[in-house]
Amino acid sequence: METFLYKLFYDTGALIDGWHAAANAAGAARGWPPLVVDILFQLGWAVAAALFLALNALFIIWFERKVAAKMQLRRGPNRVGPFGLLQTLADTGKLLIKEDIIPTAADRPVFRAAPFVVLAATVLLFVVLPFGKGLIPADLNIGVVYFLAISGISVIGILSGGWASNNKYSLMGGMRSAAQIVSYEVPGVLVVLSVAMLAGSLKMGDIVRAQPSYGYALLQPVGFILFLIASNAEINRGPFDLPEADSELVSGFVTEYSAMRFAFFFLAEYTNLFLAGAFATTLFLGGWRGPLLPPVVWFLLKSYIVVFVLIWIRWTFPRLRVDHLMEFSWKVLLPLALLNLLVTAVLVKVL
Amino acid sequence: MSDPTTPTGGRASPATAQASAGTSDEFLLNVGPQHPATHGVLRVVVTMDGEVVKDLQPHLGYVHRGLEKLFENRTYEQIIPFTDRTDYLSAIANNWAYVMAVEKLLGMEVPKKVEYIRVLMAELNRINSHLLWLAAYGLDMGAFTPFLYAFRDREEINTMIEEASGGRLTTNYFRIGGFIHDLPPAFFPRLKKFLGRFGRAVDELDTLLVENAIFVARTRGVGIISRERAISYGMSGPCLRASDAPLDLRREAPYSIYGSLEFEIPAGRNGDTWDRSWVRIEEMRQSLRILRQAMDGFPEGEHRVRAPRNIEPPAGEVYSAVEGPRGEVGFYVVSDGTRKPYRVKMRKPSFSNFSALPEIMRGLKIADLVAVMGSLDLVVPEIDR
Repeated sequence: METFLYKLFYDTGALIDGWHAAANAAGAARGWPPLVVDILFQLGWAVAAALFLALNALFIIWFERKVAAKMQLRRGPNRVGPFGLLQTLADTGKLLIKEDIIPTAADRPVFRAAPFVVLAATVLLFVVLPFGKGLIPADLNIGVVYFLAISGISVIGILSGGWASNNKYSLMGGMRSAAQIVSYEVPGVLVVLSVAMLAGSLKMGDIVRAQPSYGYALLQPVGFILFLIASNAEINRGPFDLPEADSELVSGFVTEYSAMRFAFFFLAEYTNLFLAGAFATTLFLGGWRGPLLPPVVWFLLKSYIVVFVLIWIRWTFPRLRVDHLMEFSWKVLLPLALLNLLVTAVLVKVL
Repeated sequence: MSDPTTPTGGRASPATAQASAGTSDEFLLNVGPQHPATHGVLRVVVTMDGEVVKDLQPHLGYVHRGLEKLFENRTYEQIIPFTDRTDYLSAIANNWAYVMAVEKLLGMEVPKKVEYIRVLMAELNRINSHLLWLAAYGLDMGAFTPFLYAFRDREEINTMIEEASGGRLTTNYFRIGGFIHDLPPAFFPRLKKFLGRFGRAVDELDTLLVENAIFVARTRGVGIISRERAISYGMSGPCLRASDAPLDLRREAPYSIYGSLEFEIPAGRNGDTWDRSWVRIEEMRQSLRILRQAMDGFPEGEHRVRAPRNIEPPAGEVYSAVEGPRGEVGFYVVSDGTRKPYRVKMRKPSFSNFSALPEIMRGLKIADLVAVMGSLDLVVPEIDR
């Protein structure tokens, strides 16, 4: 029993591998092909990821509202459940039973599909997210490339949502978002490249293991800050929340969305917030590694600390203007990222 | 074709939009009357080329209530609560300008104490109004936190005003010849406490929003209006002073006890959006100075003149104006010797300030529309009346 608990917390990956092997054996005994067992097993991962996604969104929305409230001399949600923890659940319930309004002039199939594209892009990122030692749905050889590629997909959903709404504010929000994500992807990619160089691998698991105990954040201070800024911009949060700048574009690309479709955008947004923190943790803060506490706890703790910093930034700064945003990316972040890449490359070669 | 857009929010019908916009690159964007950045039911139709504003046409009248006509059917005292409703953020300044006009008509002198209370109230009201501007402007610029900080301080001022007058926004405190009530005993302890800490609060708001790098980048050099153009548009208040024209009625045509008080008139250099913001922050500091002096020199005496129940000013006409938070608040009153005025004309700063918007906005980005419109500190009921 004790060994089971120890394994559950400190060596979850090995435990799951054990289950996988047992499942394979059980399947073989019944004469099932290994592929079927594999698919069933991966389904288990998918359910686990979906569960985590939902719980995490519940927590993180509550967390942001509480943190923002504390910063703004307010109390935040405190009615539903202990400390208002179930407020998000109540809100989701409300959104579920609301009417799903689709504008008459909208491009219906695209309008309907857009939220799912955005959410799907978010969920797909969980595939390469190492929660703990061996606790990663699929430690792909090209994990970093996969992460960069998939994180760019959500822009398709946002742009098509803005286009399909047939509303000028939505369209402008969608276009801004596209321009913004594309611009900030570039410095983001360069910074991640420097990390991959240091680690000598594109595998997420290897990057975590290759880091010194203090993480790459100290070896790559510029890179870490650039990554935080770029990912903050890519997830469209303040001060880079121009795609949904409420004072200019009403709600940007979500203006015409209501009920569950809106909730899906919302869910994707907050999951992206967590993912920004999680990947910053994985790439720069040593991932799940840390003394004493179980790896999963370390991982979540570090991720939520990064999330807290992002929340802090959001509630402190005013919003950038759209051309400043572009200038900032191309004229400041990109040269810095290139320089960072160059210095890293030289140092890796020399040392 | 005076109004080429349909009244549906956010979208013009394709046919009319193309008819009015010359090339296919241009399109019309209908901002308001239910847009989050217009602070009330204000509507501007923007001709845009991509994100660049080509032209801008304001549409007024969504909250027109015909107040000036209403005034002609009210007795002089009955008009006072209506003046509150023209500008709900500076009810005191409006009360004052109107009451002062009637007192001038009557040739009435008010006691020293009344003047002091008026100055105290007006300056509190000015801080109150500037704080709300800062709060709303922060929201426009995407910063939500300063909003709540400003409201924390507004709450204290509103409490003071409420204890004195019974109202928080529409105070209806002034009467011809004085006030309906004297200041309550708790007023000065509260004021002292407020003066003790508000200086720091202003600094905090200053560093949090107005000195913030992103804020400066968005406002510095944006929405410039020259001193000459500002004057020819009849702009007044902080919007005018930002254009390097330190004109303030409290200094230029001192009324009440302002002539004997020490304060500075902050003036901006460039007339841009940032200057308009900075002038308001600085004015709050100056108002604090005025409040301190008025509190220290507060005299004993009556809080009103015993005016006759039915006021019938002699026939004649008079214009009186005070420096409200948004600029010159003027009342032009014509009396025909009866209990009701023959004509009352209101001169409101927001109207003149707003009229400069199309000129300021041409060639700027749509994101600047929010920054510029917010910096003009418009109160829509004041534009429409």
